[in-house]
Amino acid sequence: MEKETCTFSFCKKPEVTEVACDLLIMGGGMAGCGAAFEACRWANAKGLKVVMVDKAATDRSGAVAMGLSAINTYVGENKVADYVKYVRNDLMGIIREDLVFDLGRLVDDSVHLFEEWGLPIWKKGDDGFSIDGHEAKEKGKPMLKDGGTPVRSGKWQIMINGESYKVVVAEAAKKALQTNREKTGMAQNHFERVLITTPLMDVNGKNVAGAAGFSVRENKIYAFKAKAIINATAGAVNCFRPRSVGEGMGRTWYPVMSAGSGYAFGMLAGAELTLMENRFVPARFKDGYGPVGAWFLFFKAKATDSLGNDYCADKEYFDDAVARYGDYAKGLGTAIRNHLMMRAMRDGRGPILMQTPAAMEALGKAFKEKLGDKEGAKKMKHLEAEAWEDFLDMAIGQASLWAASNVEPDKVVSEIMPTEPYLLGSHAGCAGFWVSGPGDIPGTPAHYTWGYNRMSTVPGLFMAGDVVGASGHKFSSGSHAEGRIAAKAAIAFILDHPDYKPTPKKSPDEVAAEIYLPFEIYEKYKTYTTAPDINPNYISGKALQARLMKIADEYFGGVSTWYMTSKTMLEEGLKKLELLKEDAGKMAAKDLHELLRCNENYHRILSVEAHARHILFREESRYPGYYYRGDHNKIDDVNWKCFTNSKYDAATNKWEFKKVPYVTMFP
Amino acid sequence: MPSFVITEKCDGCKAQDKTACQYICPHDLMTLDREKMKAYNQEPEQCWECFNCVKICPTQAIEVRGYSDFVPLGSSTIPLRGTDSIMWTIKFRNGILKRFKFPIRTTAEGSVDPYAGKPEPDFATLKQPGLFTAAARKE
Repeated sequence: MEKETCTFSFCKKPEVTEVACDLLIMGGGMAGCGAAFEACRWANAKGLKVVMVDKAATDRSGAVAMGLSAINTYVGENKVADYVKYVRNDLMGIIREDLVFDLGRLVDDSVHLFEEWGLPIWKKGDDGFSIDGHEAKEKGKPMLKDGGTPVRSGKWQIMINGESYKVVVAEAAKKALQTNREKTGMAQNHFERVLITTPLMDVNGKNVAGAAGFSVRENKIYAFKAKAIINATAGAVNCFRPRSVGEGMGRTWYPVMSAGSGYAFGMLAGAELTLMENRFVPARFKDGYGPVGAWFLFFKAKATDSLGNDYCADKEYFDDAVARYGDYAKGLGTAIRNHLMMRAMRDGRGPILMQTPAAMEALGKAFKEKLGDKEGAKKMKHLEAEAWEDFLDMAIGQASLWAASNVEPDKVVSEIMPTEPYLLGSHAGCAGFWVSGPGDIPGTPAHYTWGYNRMSTVPGLFMAGDVVGASGHKFSSGSHAEGRIAAKAAIAFILDHPDYKPTPKKSPDEVAAEIYLPFEIYEKYKTYTTAPDINPNYISGKALQARLMKIADEYFGGVSTWYMTSKTMLEEGLKKLELLKEDAGKMAAKDLHELLRCNENYHRILSVEAHARHILFREESRYPGYYYRGDHNKIDDVNWKCFTNSKYDAATNKWEFKKVPYVTMFP
Repeated sequence: MPSFVITEKCDGCKAQDKTACQYICPHDLMTLDREKMKAYNQEPEQCWECFNCVKICPTQAIEVRGYSDFVPLGSSTIPLRGTDSIMWTIKFRNGILKRFKFPIRTTAEGSVDPYAGKPEPDFATLKQPGLFTAAARKE
């Protein structure tokens, strides 16, 4: 097949803007905002320039765009070492304990800042019941940093009124960037609606020298030159065919706009990946994908099969799980609970039901016994509002689905269901890049540290949030803290290399031709057929995505095979994926919005390829309930209690894989 | 749950260079029909139902209709976002009406002063654990 190139013979050449800075932050989500806050403070003192690029509007970008009803990582009265053990248990025994410990010892400071900036945090009232963030302030309850008592929904989680969580965090980041502008005289250092598509590698053959992308609003290409970059972008969603394939395709649990752009960026830069076989399949309220955490942990609701049985306590299922997955099954982490639910569903014991009425009744009874009928009823009303807020803060569509289906949770049970797979590194998943740890924690092995905290294997390329591998359960607060950790280390890197002058190999004109290729192709061929949507010379971003989703779903363990795959399935799917990757060279876009989708879906393809190749490499089923290798349906600690790392060479389209030894630092 | 724009209420943000919904949508879905000067959702099947367009619309012209894949007709979920709290009105298909008010922030919009009262960074600690505001916690 002939390769297409862009010579701007058909589409108009865009304006190319070059921006030089010291530190470039990619992504304006929680990790990016944390990075901006920390970086600017250090940078201002030395006159270093900090730039943040966001593909959306920072007030509402990233995984917290809709809001959140809880902060899932607040160590507080707990021990950091226990946090490490909890994360390790949930991620089936393989995590970078140094990274997780490092995060745990710093995360609370970010939560304290959020509260200071205006995030309302629930507190315990004098009667032991919860009060919202406004009431807590009115009643003079101390802030968390001054010893205030949060409302715990679980050991690590605290409840918030988080509709504007991201707006508040973004405000601090934007103000921080403003102080950096004032210090350095930069005209602009916060770029919204710019998608970074590709790294710019340095002529020295080692460093990352910058990043290129385009404006989604005007015909403009950006080439950012930087001494260091923090990749703080999202995971990858809408890669596997979702359960809802019509309008509901956008109702993913993790944000649908997460396109794996950060995975692709690091891969194209040659950074080493780790545990990309990991994924997350959350069990959520069916279709609306509303959160279940508060129902389980806060309202003490039970999930059962349709006959009322606790599937986690089913002896046959549990014994089989222990036989296959050993002691990991006994830890009953997220993956194992999923696995047991799936067993029940596969046996026709579905639908799986969240027993909300029983939970509400038990709570109502307890309240009335403790407080009397009148006060008890009042507390119940408050509790009902809290239950609705849980949805309205973070999965509004679930509230609408309940309303449209006449579901009152105190009267009607609700179905829960495992979703389609998502790739991410900040929630209950850990797919991402292999990064350096802090190095100071006792017991750290030499291969965990190479100088700068959260730096990837590419000099100058730092990672934070979803794209950091082997250290899940950071959630929103941990991602913010990790952005800060990476920022501080990146500043150290910049100051240590005063003579480094980032010099991209590619010229801005080459970059422009690459980025605008889908425009050139569209303009060149669009009149060949009467309907431009159907044309043998090109493929739209949307079509590319549909093909990717079908391959991923059917071959790599999506919902249609109940998350089952194998060596033969993976190899067959990878052949098809290779052809899709080639076809990506024929992407066509008629406008900037389509150009955005073309690039996002190319990033999704690379993310999925890494995922599938990692599943193929790891010959065991480390994450039952997330995916299964039917040909190796057990956990094999002897051979696979290790990290699985890979490196992609974009120039030769070759992969290298290796095992990296696991070290237990917190026995 | 794709957002939709009520023709009569949308004024295209009075022909400013970008509409509020277009500015805020995290997935670049809202766009302006320049001929009609009305906004619309150009890719409803990619809508995450985050309601940010609904919340930001200055004329309350945007609402959300449940995904046709699985949401029965007849309900509505309407937010009214103020400066310190948000009010939700939820109408069930069977007519039940629920109204909730939740706090959204405890400080005035725009009042965050990120470095006020915070220590200057100590470059002697640049390569030690900790952040400029605080040393790493010890157990």
